[in-house]
Amino acid sequence: MSRAITPIEHRPPTPHAAEAAVARPAIEVEALTRAFGRRVAIRGLTFAVNDGECLALFGPNGAGKTTLLRILAGLLRPSSGAAHIAGVKLPGGAKARSVVGLISHQSMLYSALTARENVEFTARLYGLESPRHAAMRALERMRLEDRAESPVRSLSRGMQQRVSIARAIVHDPRVVLLDEPYTGLDETGAAALSAALESLRGSGAALVLVTHHLGEGLALATHTAIMRDGQFVTHEPRGTVELDTYRDVYREAIAR
Amino acid sequence: MSARVPPGTFAAAALIARKDLAIEFRTRSAFLAAIVFSLLAIVIFFFAWDSTAVSAVDLAPGVLWVIFTFSGLLGLHRSFGVEEADRAIDALLASPVEREAVFLGKALANFLFVLGVQALAIPAVALFYNLPLGRVLGPLVGIAVLAAIGLVSIGTLFSAMAANTRLAELLLPVLALPFFVPIILPAAQSTARLLSGRPIAEAMSWLRILIAFDIVFLVACALAFPFTLED
Repeated sequence: MSRAITPIEHRPPTPHAAEAAVARPAIEVEALTRAFGRRVAIRGLTFAVNDGECLALFGPNGAGKTTLLRILAGLLRPSSGAAHIAGVKLPGGAKARSVVGLISHQSMLYSALTARENVEFTARLYGLESPRHAAMRALERMRLEDRAESPVRSLSRGMQQRVSIARAIVHDPRVVLLDEPYTGLDETGAAALSAALESLRGSGAALVLVTHHLGEGLALATHTAIMRDGQFVTHEPRGTVELDTYRDVYREAIAR
Repeated sequence: MSARVPPGTFAAAALIARKDLAIEFRTRSAFLAAIVFSLLAIVIFFFAWDSTAVSAVDLAPGVLWVIFTFSGLLGLHRSFGVEEADRAIDALLASPVEREAVFLGKALANFLFVLGVQALAIPAVALFYNLPLGRVLGPLVGIAVLAAIGLVSIGTLFSAMAANTRLAELLLPVLALPFFVPIILPAAQSTARLLSGRPIAEAMSWLRILIAFDIVFLVACALAFPFTLED
């Protein structure tokens, strides 16, 4: 039986929203390029995402979406140009990485450890004051407190994804990067994930959501972008565009 | 929001090592495989041994170091295998810990793994070959510890390099074994002198070589490690 995700406690206007009024955007990207040998995956991208905004990034396979997320997560170095997270130029070491949460279609969990141990390990890596308490709190947000001591390998795919979200948000990240988080989730799991992400955005976090699901992306987005061959073909505020209309925009954009 | 002070290099390394050991303790797959391999190798060497042609003290050092080398590889392969399974390595590298801490943590867990295998393999070899371990046990443990430092330094680096490839199980021994030679050679020579009853002073030149390679490999591998994680 599905259960609603407990909303993440709101922390507006502090700290992120208040910082945003005077500080730089949570994510700033300027003329970013990344090449793998001769293949150019990202070509001179420039954009910004402010606190409380969600950029939904669409595009066909090989468009460069995952490469962009891996650069923003500090897992890849740009070939040229610059990317800043919370004002820190990437790769910015521990300071930049400490404000980022990364969620992928792969769970990024240790299957032999319990849900609590996985999240607590992350809490310790981020230097949280009470890691066990923080881990339990994050699992409670995902309504997984009764499965906290279950090995991850014994959980369903949807539950593993919720543990993965708990792991990614245990440190209250200012920036959350999501790479195809809906992959493999059933309808219930997808709805639970959407609710969690909406709650995160409402709490002031900046989100970059890479997905093939136009509907799920649009439901959460404040801005949208369609990427092809390492470039933004479109990049605009979400506005009031309907899914069917946007589907046509998407088809046209990737067919050009 | 909780106060946060990301752990320093050594504290983060200890966290990572503890996590790896917890996983190994739960699954016991690599440790059991290493122990089974060690015991099988001891038995095979024992029954292939002609005691009238080669004395036990001449054969035992070779048996010991063949076992340590190949059983160690089993644990080293698993070291980054657990990170690659569900891309947990991405979450680890996206966290605010330094790459060097990841290396040290992995190396520490591997070091304890190899020591665990050695703790069971040394008495087993002594039992089969009737070796008088009593007076040489201390120095032998010292040599085993020194060699383990070099082996896990190299093995941890190459495990990280090989884990992300399709041929990880083949690539790790191919990459690591040539670099094991400067560690295994002085370790086996020191062990041979020790078991044959020679004074420890006779093994000092080999031990100096072993210590020198330990330092070189530990530093070089720690410095090279971050580059192995770049795409």
